[in-house]
Amino acid sequence: MECFSNKDGKNILLKMVKGIQDNKDYLGEVDGLIGDGDHGMNMNKGFTVFESRFKDEAFGFAEGLNELGQILLDEIGGSMGPIYGTVLMGMAEAGEDLCEISLKDFANMLEAGLTELYDIVEAKVGDKTLVDTLAPSVDTLKRAAFGGKSFKEALEALKEAAAAGRDSTKDLTAKFGRSSRLGERSRGVLDAGAVSCCIILQAMADGIMEQLA
Amino acid sequence: MQRILNNPDDIVDEMLKGFLKVHGDIVEKTENPRVIKAKNISSDKVGVVTGGGSGHKPAFIGYVGKNMCDAAAVGEICSSPTAAAFLDAFKEADQGKGVACLYGNYSGDNMNVKMAVKMAKKQGITVKTVVANDDAASAPRDQREKRRGVAGEVFMWKVGGAKASIGGSLEEVIEAAQKAIDNTRSVGIGLTPCTLPAVGHPNFEIKDGTMEVGIGHHGEPGIEVCELETAKGMAKRMTDIVLPDYPFEAGDEAAVLVSGLGATPVMELYVLYDEIEQILQEKGIKVHRSYVGNYFTSMEMMGATLTVMKLDDELKELIDMPAESMGLKQF
Repeated sequence: MECFSNKDGKNILLKMVKGIQDNKDYLGEVDGLIGDGDHGMNMNKGFTVFESRFKDEAFGFAEGLNELGQILLDEIGGSMGPIYGTVLMGMAEAGEDLCEISLKDFANMLEAGLTELYDIVEAKVGDKTLVDTLAPSVDTLKRAAFGGKSFKEALEALKEAAAAGRDSTKDLTAKFGRSSRLGERSRGVLDAGAVSCCIILQAMADGIMEQLA
Repeated sequence: MQRILNNPDDIVDEMLKGFLKVHGDIVEKTENPRVIKAKNISSDKVGVVTGGGSGHKPAFIGYVGKNMCDAAAVGEICSSPTAAAFLDAFKEADQGKGVACLYGNYSGDNMNVKMAVKMAKKQGITVKTVVANDDAASAPRDQREKRRGVAGEVFMWKVGGAKASIGGSLEEVIEAAQKAIDNTRSVGIGLTPCTLPAVGHPNFEIKDGTMEVGIGHHGEPGIEVCELETAKGMAKRMTDIVLPDYPFEAGDEAAVLVSGLGATPVMELYVLYDEIEQILQEKGIKVHRSYVGNYFTSMEMMGATLTVMKLDDELKELIDMPAESMGLKQF
Protein backbone atom coordinates (compact mmCIF):
# COMPACT_ATOMS: atom_id res chain seq x y z
CA MET A 1 0.00 0.00 0.00
CA GLU A 2 1.22 3.45 -0.86
CA CYS A 3 2.14 5.48 2.16
CA PHE A 4 4.25 8.42 3.17
CA SER A 5 6.18 8.66 6.37
CA ASN A 6 4.68 10.72 9.14
CA LYS A 7 8.23 11.48 10.26
CA ASP A 8 9.03 14.04 7.66
CA GLY A 9 6.40 16.72 7.38
CA LYS A 10 8.67 19.65 6.80
CA ASN A 11 8.40 19.78 3.01
CA ILE A 12 4.61 19.57 3.11
CA LEU A 13 4.17 22.19 5.81
CA LEU A 14 6.61 24.61 4.19
CA LYS A 15 4.75 24.23 0.90
CA MET A 16 1.56 25.26 2.72
CA VAL A 17 3.42 28.22 4.21
CA LYS A 18 4.69 29.27 0.80
CA GLY A 19 1.22 28.93 -0.71
CA ILE A 20 -0.14 31.42 1.80
CA GLN A 21 2.85 33.76 1.57
CA ASP A 22 2.68 33.85 -2.24
CA ASN A 23 -1.03 34.65 -2.12
CA LYS A 24 -1.01 37.17 0.72
CA ASP A 25 -1.98 40.10 -1.48
CA TYR A 26 -4.47 38.11 -3.53
CA LEU A 27 -6.25 36.90 -0.39
CA GLY A 28 -6.36 40.46 0.88
CA GLU A 29 -7.96 41.63 -2.35
CA VAL A 30 -10.57 38.87 -2.37
CA ASP A 31 -11.39 39.56 1.28
CA GLY A 32 -11.51 43.30 0.64
CA LEU A 33 -14.39 42.91 -1.81
CA ILE A 34 -16.86 41.69 0.79
CA GLY A 35 -14.82 41.43 4.00
CA ASP A 36 -12.37 43.82 5.58
CA GLY A 37 -9.30 42.94 3.58
CA ASP A 38 -7.12 41.52 6.30
CA HIS A 39 -7.38 37.81 5.52
CA GLY A 40 -4.13 37.63 3.54
CA MET A 41 -2.28 39.63 6.14
CA ASN A 42 -3.47 37.58 9.11
CA MET A 43 -2.94 34.21 7.42
CA ASN A 44 0.51 35.31 6.26
CA LYS A 45 1.39 36.41 9.76
CA GLY A 46 0.45 33.09 11.34
CA PHE A 47 2.04 30.90 8.69
CA THR A 48 5.21 33.01 8.73
CA VAL A 49 5.49 32.77 12.52
CA PHE A 50 5.37 29.00 12.07
CA GLU A 51 8.05 29.15 9.37
CA SER A 52 10.43 31.28 11.40
CA ARG A 53 9.98 29.12 14.48
CA PHE A 54 10.34 25.74 12.80
CA LYS A 55 12.35 26.18 9.63
CA ASP A 56 15.56 24.94 11.24
CA GLU A 57 13.94 21.99 12.95
CA ALA A 58 12.88 18.57 11.80
CA PHE A 59 9.25 17.68 12.45
CA GLY A 60 6.66 15.17 11.36
CA PHE A 61 3.52 15.82 9.33
CA ALA A 62 1.03 15.47 12.18
CA GLU A 63 3.40 17.27 14.51
CA GLY A 64 3.79 20.17 12.07
CA LEU A 65 0.02 20.44 11.59
CA ASN A 66 -0.40 20.57 15.34
CA GLU A 67 2.23 23.29 15.81
CA LEU A 68 0.86 25.37 12.96
CA GLY A 69 -2.69 24.96 14.28
CA GLN A 70 -1.61 25.95 17.78
CA ILE A 71 0.11 29.09 16.48
CA LEU A 72 -2.96 30.11 14.49
CA LEU A 73 -5.20 29.50 17.49
CA ASP A 74 -3.00 31.18 20.12
CA GLU A 75 -1.47 34.02 18.20
CA ILE A 76 -3.67 35.04 15.31
CA GLY A 77 -7.18 35.35 16.65
CA GLY A 78 -9.82 36.75 14.33
CA SER A 79 -12.08 34.10 12.87
CA MET A 80 -9.39 32.32 10.97
CA GLY A 81 -7.24 31.57 14.01
CA PRO A 82 -9.81 29.36 15.71
CA ILE A 83 -11.11 27.95 12.42
CA TYR A 84 -7.84 26.82 10.87
CA GLY A 85 -6.37 26.08 14.27
CA THR A 86 -9.23 23.67 14.93
CA VAL A 87 -9.04 22.02 11.50
CA LEU A 88 -5.26 21.53 11.55
CA MET A 89 -5.14 20.35 15.15
CA GLY A 90 -8.06 18.01 14.49
CA MET A 91 -6.12 16.51 11.58
CA ALA A 92 -3.00 16.26 13.72
CA GLU A 93 -4.81 14.46 16.53
CA ALA A 94 -6.18 11.88 14.11
CA GLY A 95 -2.72 11.25 12.67
CA GLU A 96 -0.38 11.60 15.61
CA ASP A 97 0.01 7.88 16.33
CA LEU A 98 0.68 6.83 12.74
CA CYS A 99 4.17 5.96 11.47
CA GLU A 100 3.13 5.62 7.87
CA ILE A 101 0.19 7.49 6.43
CA SER A 102 -1.87 5.71 3.81
CA LEU A 103 -4.50 7.31 1.59
CA LYS A 104 -7.22 6.07 3.94
CA ASP A 105 -5.36 7.49 6.93
CA PHE A 106 -4.98 10.85 5.22
CA ALA A 107 -8.67 10.89 4.30
CA ASN A 108 -9.54 10.11 7.92
CA MET A 109 -7.28 12.90 9.14
CA LEU A 110 -8.89 15.47 6.86
CA GLU A 111 -12.32 14.26 7.86
CA ALA A 112 -11.40 14.62 11.53
CA GLY A 113 -10.39 18.23 10.86
CA LEU A 114 -13.78 18.92 9.31
CA THR A 115 -15.61 17.17 12.14
CA GLU A 116 -13.81 19.29 14.73
CA LEU A 117 -14.62 22.40 12.74
CA TYR A 118 -18.32 21.56 12.73
CA ASP A 119 -18.06 21.57 16.50
CA ILE A 120 -17.30 25.30 16.61
CA VAL A 121 -19.07 26.69 13.53
CA GLU A 122 -22.59 26.24 12.27
CA ALA A 123 -21.73 26.82 8.62
CA LYS A 124 -22.74 24.12 6.15
CA VAL A 125 -22.03 23.59 2.47
CA GLY A 126 -23.68 26.41 0.56
CA ASP A 127 -23.16 29.11 3.19
CA LYS A 128 -20.22 30.70 1.35
CA THR A 129 -17.45 29.80 3.78
CA LEU A 130 -14.37 27.62 3.71
CA VAL A 131 -16.64 24.67 4.44
CA ASP A 132 -17.57 24.87 0.74
CA THR A 133 -13.96 24.00 -0.08
CA LEU A 134 -13.21 21.63 2.77
CA ALA A 135 -16.34 19.46 2.86
CA PRO A 136 -16.33 18.35 -0.82
CA SER A 137 -12.57 17.85 -0.58
CA VAL A 138 -13.08 15.45 2.31
CA ASP A 139 -15.87 13.64 0.42
CA THR A 140 -13.78 13.32 -2.72
CA LEU A 141 -10.76 12.07 -0.85
CA LYS A 142 -12.80 9.48 1.03
CA ARG A 143 -14.50 8.31 -2.14
CA ALA A 144 -11.13 7.97 -3.85
CA ALA A 145 -9.67 6.15 -0.88
CA PHE A 146 -12.48 3.64 -0.63
CA GLY A 147 -12.89 3.40 -4.40
CA GLY A 148 -9.45 1.95 -4.88
CA LYS A 149 -7.77 4.91 -6.52
CA SER A 150 -4.02 5.37 -6.19
CA PHE A 151 -2.79 7.90 -3.65
CA LYS A 152 -1.63 10.19 -6.43
CA GLU A 153 -4.95 10.00 -8.30
CA ALA A 154 -6.76 10.72 -5.07
CA LEU A 155 -4.61 13.77 -4.40
CA GLU A 156 -5.28 15.08 -7.91
CA ALA A 157 -9.00 14.55 -7.30
CA LEU A 158 -8.65 16.38 -3.97
CA LYS A 159 -7.03 19.35 -5.70
CA GLU A 160 -9.82 19.49 -8.26
CA ALA A 161 -12.53 19.19 -5.62
CA ALA A 162 -10.93 21.97 -3.58
CA ALA A 163 -10.83 24.26 -6.62
CA ALA A 164 -14.41 23.43 -7.56
CA GLY A 165 -15.50 24.07 -3.98
CA ARG A 166 -13.67 27.39 -3.95
CA ASP A 167 -15.29 28.42 -7.23
CA SER A 168 -18.73 27.37 -6.03
CA THR A 169 -18.66 30.16 -3.44
CA LYS A 170 -18.79 32.78 -6.19
CA ASP A 171 -22.50 32.31 -6.86
CA LEU A 172 -23.49 31.89 -3.24
CA THR A 173 -24.76 34.47 -0.79
CA ALA A 174 -22.96 34.55 2.52
CA LYS A 175 -24.75 33.19 5.59
CA PHE A 176 -21.89 33.45 8.11
CA GLY A 177 -19.05 35.74 8.92
CA ARG A 178 -18.63 39.40 8.17
CA SER A 179 -19.90 39.14 4.60
CA SER A 180 -23.17 37.54 5.73
CA ARG A 181 -24.60 40.99 6.44
CA LEU A 182 -24.32 41.76 2.74
CA GLY A 183 -26.98 39.27 1.74
CA GLU A 184 -27.40 39.38 -2.03
CA ARG A 185 -24.56 41.86 -2.35
CA SER A 186 -22.10 39.12 -1.42
CA ARG A 187 -22.95 37.21 -4.60
CA GLY A 188 -20.47 37.27 -7.48
CA VAL A 189 -17.35 37.27 -5.34
CA LEU A 190 -15.33 34.33 -4.01
CA ASP A 191 -15.22 33.74 -0.28
CA ALA A 192 -11.73 34.52 1.01
CA GLY A 193 -11.72 31.60 3.45
CA ALA A 194 -12.73 29.21 0.69
CA VAL A 195 -9.83 30.54 -1.39
CA SER A 196 -7.23 30.17 1.37
CA CYS A 197 -8.55 26.71 2.21
CA CYS A 198 -8.07 25.70 -1.43
CA ILE A 199 -4.50 27.06 -1.41
CA ILE A 200 -3.69 25.13 1.75
CA LEU A 201 -5.24 21.85 0.55
CA GLN A 202 -3.57 22.05 -2.86
CA ALA A 203 -0.19 22.80 -1.31
CA MET A 204 -0.69 19.93 1.11
CA ALA A 205 -1.56 17.59 -1.76
CA ASP A 206 1.47 18.73 -3.78
CA GLY A 207 3.74 18.22 -0.80
CA ILE A 208 2.40 14.73 -0.14
CA MET A 209 2.82 13.85 -3.83
CA GLU A 210 6.51 14.72 -3.59
CA GLN A 211 6.84 12.54 -0.50
CA LEU A 212 5.25 9.66 -2.39
CA ALA A 213 7.54 9.94 -5.38
CA MET B 1 -2.16 56.71 2.80
CA GLN B 2 -1.56 59.65 5.11
CA ARG B 3 -1.00 57.89 8.43
CA ILE B 4 1.36 58.01 11.41
CA LEU B 5 3.16 54.68 11.43
CA ASN B 6 6.40 52.82 11.75
CA ASN B 7 6.01 49.25 10.50
CA PRO B 8 2.23 48.80 10.00
CA ASP B 9 2.51 45.25 11.33
CA ASP B 10 3.65 46.63 14.70
CA ILE B 11 0.98 49.28 15.08
CA VAL B 12 -1.08 47.46 17.73
CA ASP B 13 1.90 46.77 19.98
CA GLU B 14 3.24 50.29 19.57
CA MET B 15 -0.17 51.82 20.27
CA LEU B 16 -0.38 49.78 23.48
CA LYS B 17 3.04 51.02 24.58
CA GLY B 18 1.97 54.62 24.16
CA PHE B 19 -1.44 54.04 25.76
CA LEU B 20 0.12 52.51 28.88
CA LYS B 21 2.55 55.40 29.23
CA VAL B 22 -0.22 58.00 29.02
CA HIS B 23 -2.89 56.23 31.07
CA GLY B 24 -0.75 54.52 33.68
CA ASP B 25 -2.94 56.07 36.38
CA ILE B 26 -5.97 54.09 35.13
CA VAL B 27 -4.64 50.89 33.54
CA GLU B 28 -1.65 48.63 33.67
CA LYS B 29 -0.08 45.94 31.53
CA THR B 30 -0.30 42.23 32.33
CA GLU B 31 1.86 39.23 31.54
CA ASN B 32 -0.01 38.82 28.27
CA PRO B 33 0.99 41.80 26.12
CA ARG B 34 -2.47 41.67 24.53
CA VAL B 35 -4.35 42.07 27.82
CA ILE B 36 -4.73 45.40 29.65
CA LYS B 37 -6.22 45.57 33.15
CA ALA B 38 -7.55 48.27 35.42
CA LYS B 39 -5.34 49.45 38.27
CA ASN B 40 -6.42 48.55 41.79
CA ILE B 41 -9.32 46.25 40.95
CA SER B 42 -11.43 45.76 44.08
CA SER B 43 -11.00 42.24 45.39
CA ASP B 44 -14.68 41.94 46.23
CA LYS B 45 -16.52 42.19 42.93
CA VAL B 46 -17.54 40.38 39.78
CA GLY B 47 -14.94 40.82 37.05
CA VAL B 48 -16.00 42.63 33.88
CA VAL B 49 -14.11 41.84 30.69
CA THR B 50 -14.37 43.00 27.13
CA GLY B 51 -12.24 42.72 24.04
CA GLY B 52 -12.21 43.11 20.32
CA GLY B 53 -10.17 44.04 17.31
CA SER B 54 -8.07 47.18 17.31
CA GLY B 55 -8.73 50.35 15.36
CA HIS B 56 -11.85 51.42 17.28
CA LYS B 57 -10.28 53.66 19.93
CA PRO B 58 -11.27 54.36 22.62
CA ALA B 59 -12.85 50.89 22.35
CA PHE B 60 -11.89 48.54 23.78
CA ILE B 61 -9.05 49.31 26.21
CA GLY B 62 -10.32 52.86 26.66
CA TYR B 63 -13.25 51.48 28.64
CA VAL B 64 -11.08 49.71 31.21
CA GLY B 65 -11.06 51.55 34.48
CA LYS B 66 -12.91 52.26 37.70
CA ASN B 67 -16.62 51.33 37.57
CA MET B 68 -16.12 50.19 33.97
CA CYS B 69 -14.39 47.06 32.61
CA ASP B 70 -11.63 45.40 34.64
CA ALA B 71 -9.69 43.96 31.72
CA ALA B 72 -9.73 43.94 27.94
CA ALA B 73 -8.31 41.55 25.35
CA VAL B 74 -6.70 43.27 22.38
CA GLY B 75 -6.82 41.94 18.83
CA GLU B 76 -5.13 42.89 15.59
CA ILE B 77 -6.77 45.66 13.60
CA CYS B 78 -10.42 44.74 12.92
CA SER B 79 -9.69 41.18 14.04
CA SER B 80 -10.79 39.36 17.18
CA PRO B 81 -8.35 38.81 20.03
CA THR B 82 -7.24 35.22 20.45
CA ALA B 83 -9.02 32.82 22.77
CA ALA B 84 -5.82 32.85 24.83
CA ALA B 85 -6.04 36.63 25.26
CA PHE B 86 -9.70 36.45 26.34
CA LEU B 87 -8.79 33.68 28.80
CA ASP B 88 -5.94 35.73 30.28
CA ALA B 89 -8.25 38.73 30.58
CA PHE B 90 -10.76 36.54 32.48
CA LYS B 91 -7.98 35.47 34.85
CA GLU B 92 -6.86 39.05 35.46
CA ALA B 93 -10.43 40.19 36.18
CA ASP B 94 -11.59 37.24 38.26
CA GLN B 95 -11.75 37.88 42.00
CA GLY B 96 -13.46 34.60 42.75
CA LYS B 97 -16.96 35.92 42.05
CA GLY B 98 -17.06 35.10 38.37
CA VAL B 99 -16.55 37.14 35.24
CA ALA B 100 -19.01 38.91 32.94
CA CYS B 101 -17.64 39.05 29.40
CA LEU B 102 -19.42 41.86 27.54
CA TYR B 103 -18.48 41.96 23.87
CA GLY B 104 -19.80 42.61 20.36
CA ASN B 105 -21.50 40.23 17.95
CA TYR B 106 -18.81 39.35 15.40
CA SER B 107 -18.05 35.83 14.27
CA GLY B 108 -14.38 35.90 15.32
CA ASP B 109 -15.13 37.30 18.76
CA ASN B 110 -17.94 34.77 19.20
CA MET B 111 -15.63 31.86 18.43
CA ASN B 112 -12.69 33.04 20.52
CA VAL B 113 -14.85 33.97 23.51
CA LYS B 114 -16.62 30.60 23.31
CA MET B 115 -13.29 28.76 23.37
CA ALA B 116 -11.93 30.96 26.16
CA VAL B 117 -15.06 30.42 28.30
CA LYS B 118 -14.58 26.66 27.90
CA MET B 119 -10.91 26.88 28.90
CA ALA B 120 -11.77 29.14 31.86
CA LYS B 121 -14.35 26.63 33.09
CA LYS B 122 -11.65 23.95 33.17
CA GLN B 123 -9.59 26.26 35.36
CA GLY B 124 -12.48 26.90 37.74
CA ILE B 125 -13.46 30.38 36.52
CA THR B 126 -17.14 30.99 35.82
CA VAL B 127 -17.69 33.28 32.87
CA LYS B 128 -21.03 34.47 31.56
CA THR B 129 -21.43 36.54 28.46
CA VAL B 130 -23.55 39.28 26.96
CA VAL B 131 -23.11 39.84 23.26
CA ALA B 132 -24.01 43.31 22.00
CA ASN B 133 -26.27 43.56 18.96
CA ASP B 134 -27.42 47.16 18.96
CA ASP B 135 -26.84 47.97 15.27
CA ALA B 136 -30.39 48.22 13.95
CA ALA B 137 -29.24 48.45 10.33
CA SER B 138 -27.26 45.21 10.32
CA ALA B 139 -30.16 42.72 10.20
CA PRO B 140 -33.97 42.81 10.27
CA ARG B 141 -35.75 43.29 13.57
CA ASP B 142 -36.81 39.65 13.83
CA GLN B 143 -33.18 38.56 13.43
CA ARG B 144 -31.66 40.54 16.27
CA GLU B 145 -29.26 37.67 17.00
CA LYS B 146 -27.50 38.48 13.73
CA ARG B 147 -27.02 42.16 14.42
CA ARG B 148 -23.60 43.66 15.04
CA GLY B 149 -22.53 45.36 18.22
CA VAL B 150 -21.49 48.98 17.76
CA ALA B 151 -21.37 52.06 19.99
CA GLY B 152 -24.16 50.71 22.19
CA GLU B 153 -21.43 48.58 23.72
CA VAL B 154 -20.31 51.69 25.61
CA PHE B 155 -23.66 51.75 27.43
CA MET B 156 -23.41 47.99 28.04
CA TRP B 157 -19.97 48.41 29.64
CA LYS B 158 -21.07 51.45 31.63
CA VAL B 159 -24.10 49.64 33.04
CA GLY B 160 -22.37 46.28 33.58
CA GLY B 161 -19.31 47.90 35.12
CA ALA B 162 -21.42 50.03 37.45
CA LYS B 163 -23.54 47.06 38.53
CA ALA B 164 -20.43 45.05 39.35
CA SER B 165 -18.90 47.89 41.34
CA ILE B 166 -21.95 48.27 43.60
CA GLY B 167 -21.70 44.60 44.50
CA GLY B 168 -23.99 42.95 41.96
CA SER B 169 -23.67 39.19 41.67
CA LEU B 170 -22.60 37.66 38.36
CA GLU B 171 -26.24 36.99 37.48
CA GLU B 172 -27.20 40.56 38.33
CA VAL B 173 -24.34 42.06 36.34
CA ILE B 174 -25.22 39.92 33.33
CA GLU B 175 -28.90 40.80 33.67
CA ALA B 176 -28.19 44.53 33.86
CA ALA B 177 -25.77 44.48 30.91
CA GLN B 178 -28.24 42.41 28.89
CA LYS B 179 -31.03 44.85 29.71
CA ALA B 180 -28.79 47.74 28.68
CA ILE B 181 -28.12 46.26 25.26
CA ASP B 182 -31.71 45.05 24.81
CA ASN B 183 -32.87 48.63 25.44
CA THR B 184 -30.34 50.08 23.00
CA ARG B 185 -30.44 50.70 19.25
CA SER B 186 -27.77 52.22 17.04
CA VAL B 187 -27.19 53.18 13.43
CA GLY B 188 -24.19 54.56 11.56
CA ILE B 189 -23.72 56.80 8.55
CA GLY B 190 -20.38 56.55 6.73
CA LEU B 191 -18.98 59.38 4.60
CA THR B 192 -15.55 57.99 3.68
CA PRO B 193 -14.00 54.51 3.88
CA CYS B 194 -11.26 53.36 6.25
CA THR B 195 -7.92 51.76 5.49
CA LEU B 196 -6.13 48.96 7.31
CA PRO B 197 -2.57 50.34 7.64
CA ALA B 198 -0.96 47.08 6.49
CA VAL B 199 -3.28 46.87 3.48
CA GLY B 200 -2.60 50.46 2.47
CA HIS B 201 -5.76 51.26 0.54
CA PRO B 202 -9.43 51.34 1.46
CA ASN B 203 -11.21 48.05 0.77
CA PHE B 204 -14.53 49.69 0.04
CA GLU B 205 -15.63 52.91 -1.51
CA ILE B 206 -17.92 55.75 -0.55
CA LYS B 207 -18.00 58.17 -3.44
CA ASP B 208 -17.61 61.88 -2.82
CA GLY B 209 -21.00 63.47 -2.44
CA THR B 210 -22.63 60.28 -1.19
CA MET B 211 -23.15 58.70 2.20
CA GLU B 212 -23.81 55.14 3.28
CA VAL B 213 -26.63 54.73 5.78
CA GLY B 214 -26.28 51.77 8.10
CA ILE B 215 -22.58 51.16 7.49
CA GLY B 216 -20.73 48.94 9.95
CA HIS B 217 -17.54 49.63 11.86
CA HIS B 218 -15.51 47.60 9.39
CA GLY B 219 -17.15 48.99 6.29
CA GLU B 220 -19.84 46.34 6.28
CA PRO B 221 -22.19 47.80 3.69
CA GLY B 222 -25.25 49.59 4.93
CA ILE B 223 -28.85 49.50 3.86
CA GLU B 224 -28.71 52.43 1.48
CA VAL B 225 -26.22 54.59 -0.39
CA CYS B 226 -27.63 58.03 -1.07
CA GLU B 227 -26.64 61.58 -1.82
CA LEU B 228 -24.87 63.42 0.98
CA GLU B 229 -27.44 65.30 3.03
CA THR B 230 -27.43 68.11 5.57
CA ALA B 231 -26.99 67.36 9.26
CA LYS B 232 -30.76 67.75 9.56
CA GLY B 233 -31.30 65.14 6.87
CA MET B 234 -28.84 62.75 8.47
CA ALA B 235 -30.47 63.18 11.88
CA LYS B 236 -33.85 62.36 10.36
CA ARG B 237 -32.55 59.23 8.61
CA MET B 238 -30.82 58.00 11.76
CA THR B 239 -33.79 58.55 14.05
CA ASP B 240 -36.14 57.06 11.43
CA ILE B 241 -34.17 53.81 11.71
CA VAL B 242 -33.39 53.78 15.42
CA LEU B 243 -36.60 55.02 17.03
CA PRO B 244 -39.23 52.69 15.48
CA ASP B 245 -36.97 49.67 15.84
CA TYR B 246 -37.06 49.47 19.64
CA PRO B 247 -39.53 51.34 19.55
CA PHE B 248 -38.83 54.50 21.54
CA GLU B 249 -42.04 56.35 22.30
CA ALA B 250 -43.36 59.57 23.77
CA GLY B 251 -42.74 59.65 27.50
CA ASP B 252 -39.61 57.51 27.34
CA GLU B 253 -36.43 58.68 28.98
CA ALA B 254 -33.24 57.93 27.11
CA ALA B 255 -29.46 58.11 27.13
CA VAL B 256 -28.12 59.26 23.78
CA LEU B 257 -24.65 58.78 22.35
CA VAL B 258 -23.41 60.35 19.13
CA SER B 259 -19.98 58.97 18.27
CA GLY B 260 -17.72 60.02 15.45
CA LEU B 261 -16.29 57.26 13.30
CA GLY B 262 -12.76 58.64 13.60
CA ALA B 263 -12.11 61.44 11.14
CA THR B 264 -15.21 63.57 11.40
CA PRO B 265 -14.53 66.85 13.25
CA VAL B 266 -16.08 66.78 16.70
CA MET B 267 -17.78 70.12 16.04
CA GLU B 268 -19.85 68.44 13.34
CA LEU B 269 -20.96 65.82 15.84
CA TYR B 270 -22.45 68.59 17.96
CA VAL B 271 -24.28 69.92 14.91
CA LEU B 272 -25.70 66.45 14.35
CA TYR B 273 -26.56 66.03 18.03
CA ASP B 274 -28.50 69.27 18.07
CA GLU B 275 -30.65 68.07 15.17
CA ILE B 276 -31.15 64.67 16.76
CA GLU B 277 -32.22 66.08 20.09
CA GLN B 278 -34.71 68.34 18.38
CA ILE B 279 -36.34 65.31 16.74
CA LEU B 280 -36.38 63.43 20.05
CA GLN B 281 -38.00 66.40 21.72
CA GLU B 282 -40.66 66.63 19.04
CA LYS B 283 -41.43 62.98 19.61
CA GLY B 284 -41.70 63.43 23.33
CA ILE B 285 -38.59 61.42 24.20
CA LYS B 286 -36.72 62.95 27.09
CA VAL B 287 -32.92 62.94 26.96
CA HIS B 288 -31.71 62.13 30.46
CA ARG B 289 -28.02 62.08 29.60
CA SER B 290 -26.10 62.53 26.38
CA TYR B 291 -22.61 61.88 25.11
CA VAL B 292 -20.97 63.39 22.03
CA GLY B 293 -17.43 62.61 20.85
CA ASN B 294 -15.24 59.86 19.46
CA TYR B 295 -16.46 57.01 21.65
CA PHE B 296 -16.26 54.11 19.19
CA THR B 297 -14.43 54.75 15.95
CA SER B 298 -13.39 53.02 12.82
CA MET B 299 -9.88 54.31 12.18
CA GLU B 300 -10.07 57.25 9.77
CA MET B 301 -13.61 56.73 8.55
CA MET B 302 -15.72 59.87 8.44
CA GLY B 303 -19.26 59.72 9.67
CA ALA B 304 -21.10 59.10 12.90
CA THR B 305 -23.22 56.64 14.83
CA LEU B 306 -26.33 57.38 16.84
CA THR B 307 -27.09 55.22 19.86
CA VAL B 308 -30.23 55.52 21.99
CA MET B 309 -30.89 53.55 25.19
CA LYS B 310 -34.25 53.54 26.91
CA LEU B 311 -33.82 54.06 30.62
CA ASP B 312 -35.67 52.63 33.58
CA ASP B 313 -34.85 53.42 37.21
CA GLU B 314 -32.08 50.85 37.44
CA LEU B 315 -30.42 51.83 34.16
CA LYS B 316 -30.67 55.49 35.12
CA GLU B 317 -28.91 54.88 38.42
CA LEU B 318 -26.17 52.83 36.74
CA ILE B 319 -25.62 55.18 33.81
CA ASP B 320 -25.38 58.14 36.24
CA MET B 321 -22.67 56.58 38.41
CA PRO B 322 -19.17 58.02 38.21
CA ALA B 323 -16.70 56.27 35.93
CA GLU B 324 -13.02 56.65 35.32
CA SER B 325 -11.67 55.23 32.11
CA MET B 326 -9.81 56.84 29.23
CA GLY B 327 -12.85 56.75 26.97
CA LEU B 328 -15.48 57.66 29.54
CA LYS B 329 -14.88 59.87 32.55
CA GLN B 330 -17.87 60.92 34.57
CA PHE B 331 -18.00 62.57 37.95
